[in-house]
Parts: sequence; C-alpha cells; structure tokens
Amino acid sequence: MAGKPKLHYTKGRGKMESIRWLLAAAGVEFEEEFIEKKEDLDKLCNGGFLLFQQVPMVEIDGMKMVQSRAIANYIAAKYNLCGKDLKERAWIDMYVEGTTDLMGMIMIIPLQPADKKDKHLALIIERATTRYFPVYEKALKDHGQDYLVGNKLSWADIHLLEAILMAEECKADILSAFPLLQAFKGRISNVPTIKKFLQPGSKRKPQPDEKYIANVRKIFNV
Amino acid sequence: MSGKPKLHYFNGRGRMETIRWLLAAAGVEVCLCGSLLFQQVPMVEIDGMKMVQSRAIANYIAAKYNLCGKDLKERALIDMYVEGMADLNELIMSHTFQPAEKKEQHFATIVDRATNRYFPVFEKVLKDHGQDFLVGNQFSRADVQLLETILAAEECKPDILAKFPLLQSFKARTSNIPTIKKFLQPGSQRKPRLQEKDVKRVMEIFH
Repeated sequence: MAGKPKLHYTKGRGKMESIRWLLAAAGVEFEEEFIEKKEDLDKLCNGGFLLFQQVPMVEIDGMKMVQSRAIANYIAAKYNLCGKDLKERAWIDMYVEGTTDLMGMIMIIPLQPADKKDKHLALIIERATTRYFPVYEKALKDHGQDYLVGNKLSWADIHLLEAILMAEECKADILSAFPLLQAFKGRISNVPTIKKFLQPGSKRKPQPDEKYIANVRKIFNV
Repeated sequence: MSGKPKLHYFNGRGRMETIRWLLAAAGVEVCLCGSLLFQQVPMVEIDGMKMVQSRAIANYIAAKYNLCGKDLKERALIDMYVEGMADLNELIMSHTFQPAEKKEQHFATIVDRATNRYFPVFEKVLKDHGQDFLVGNQFSRADVQLLETILAAEECKPDILAKFPLLQSFKARTSNIPTIKKFLQPGSQRKPRLQEKDVKRVMEIFH
C-alpha cells in the first residue's frame, strides 16, 4: 500500500495544519489517524513510532517523519515548492519562518490564561500589521509579480495564505492597509488545489473550540 | 573585504550561535559587525542578501557548504535530528532566563529531556549504523548541531553523557575535525554561556 502519506495528530490544526495545507496545495492525497485520547498517544510512543516521543508524525515514503519543519521541508522539496536554487530557497525559508512566528503566536491564544488573552491578541494584531504583513506587501510591490519568490507558486505563498486567513480570524479587517495582500489572498485562494482545500469537506481543520482545547490539554498534559 | 559573511547580533550565543558553529565547521571566515540592531536579529549579510530568521540562515549556509546530505531522504533525516536538537538547545538556553523559583524544576526538565528523550535517540543512531557521522557516513550539519548541543548540555551537568558511550566518542571525534577544533579554541568566534549578570541587559535589548 505504498503511496498515500499518513498523518498522526489530533483532529485539529496545531502544528500539523501547515503540513495539511502543503500536501493539499501540491495535490497530494493523504490519510489521517487521529489521536483522540491519551492512550492513543501512548500507543504511538510505546510502539516506538515517535522519534522524540512527539507528534506531528507523518508516514511518508517509508519514513516515520517527525518535527513539523523537517516534514514540511521534505514535502516542499519533493513537490518543487522550494524555488529553483539556493537563493530562492533562502527567500522562501525567510518568508516561511516569518509566517511561522506569526501563526505560532495565534496558535497559542486558546492556551493563554483568561486575564492575558486580550493583551496577547493585541500583540498579535500589532505584530501582524507592523512587523510581518508590511514585509510581504513590500515584496509583492517591489517585483510586481503574482507570487512571493521566483514568479512561481512556492511554499512561501501557501504559508502566507494560511497565515492571512488565521489572522483574519483574529480580526476580520486585518488586511485593510495591505491592498496587495488582499489581491494575493484572492489570487492564491483560486489556485485549483488550494480552492479545493478551502471548500467544506476538505481535510482543513476548523478553529479550535473549548472542547478541543480541553481534550488537547488532557492528551498532552499542558 | 567583500565576500565574507557579516554577522549582526549582540555579543552572546542566542539564536546566532548555531550559525557561528556552521560557518566555522565549513571553514568560512566571517566579518564581525559589533552590535548593530534591527527590528530582527540575527541578521547575516551573505552573498548579497541580508538574511534574517536563524533557521533560514542556517539552512542556506548548510546547503551552500554541502552539509545537508546527498539527497532528499538524507536531508529529511538531518532535518529531523537538527530540529530535535534545536528543541533541546532552546530549553537549555532558556534556563538563564527562568525566574529564581522555577530554576530547579527547569534544570530537572533539561536533564530529563536530554537523558531520556534526545540523547538516547542519537546514541541509538550511532549504534545502529556504527558509522562516525549521524547521516550518510558523511559530515553534516546534524553532527555540528549535536556537538554544539552536547557541549551546552555538559555546561549544565558535566557528566550528562555518563550513560552514552557512543556520544562520548562522537564528541571527541567531532571535536577533532580541524575546523571544529579551531572553533573550540580560545580566540575563535564561539561565544561563552550567558552570565547571570548579563541577563538583565539582554532582556532589555530584546524586550
């Protein structure tokens, strides 16, 4: 049964969502096995399937890959989403690390104590609109092309779209000062594989709710 | 003086140290730029780019100097190992910034993770293939990162490798690679561990 990658994670976004986006954008069908309770995680751990006793884990091409960045690197490289040379890759990596930082902040909102949530959200909005989005807006402005790097769809574009949508869930008009990013969002959302992923019934996961967070806390002891 | 990568950071380890290790291991001379600060550091001027984001910088250097394995699968293994070690390194680095009442617990976590989660993996890797290097029988960034992490862990607990004989010989062997040996000597660009007295200053810079 060679072929489809198999994703092991909880039934939510977390550190696996970017990998789902990447596979979907590359047009790669995949399977998922969900960790629903602590025993599921223990079983994976005790079976020696998790190199550092952690998920995400993706079974792909005969490997049991862990570490979300390593997994994403492999998929992006395999499906030619890494630029054409080292320098393009450097730019893609820089852009992706920026959106990783931003999404990392958004991801932990539900884990903030109630009295710190507002402040954390305010910080996210500030960082998004003064540190991160201006960089991507400028990149698009400077070269006037449809994609961030090398005039071709890359991991950087997919990751930026994911980050934009996540940021809009925090503040619906967060792109108001960024016309090129608005156009970018429209454009990239229309790439056929991505359009499909954005439709109901795809493997894209919804925003975490209270019940999901409570379960995650139990499973991972956080 | 064109050509030499230029490093912008404060005068300490932080997120630049791994990059210093990689450049040193690849035998690349660098130009030091004092403590210019931008909205984002580390920043490295290299090959006409002003690169930010420590992982992007490290990826570029490692790929440029052939420290990434020979194919996608070797690279996948190297990336997994490097990311795991980066997690441990991050944990160790954050120890200096822990509030006093949390330091002991944090220290225990470092030792537990190092000896139960991370080091056993690399000991097993070396045992299983019996080779000198972690991946592909060839020196790679995974080996550089492992040595960096081992030394940082030993600064926390000198006998932390007590149960890992293969890691001990790995440490000795890798430390003797000429470029690395040079980096480990006084006068190199390697930075010392952050002292308590400098914590306040660093937090002021970055917060």
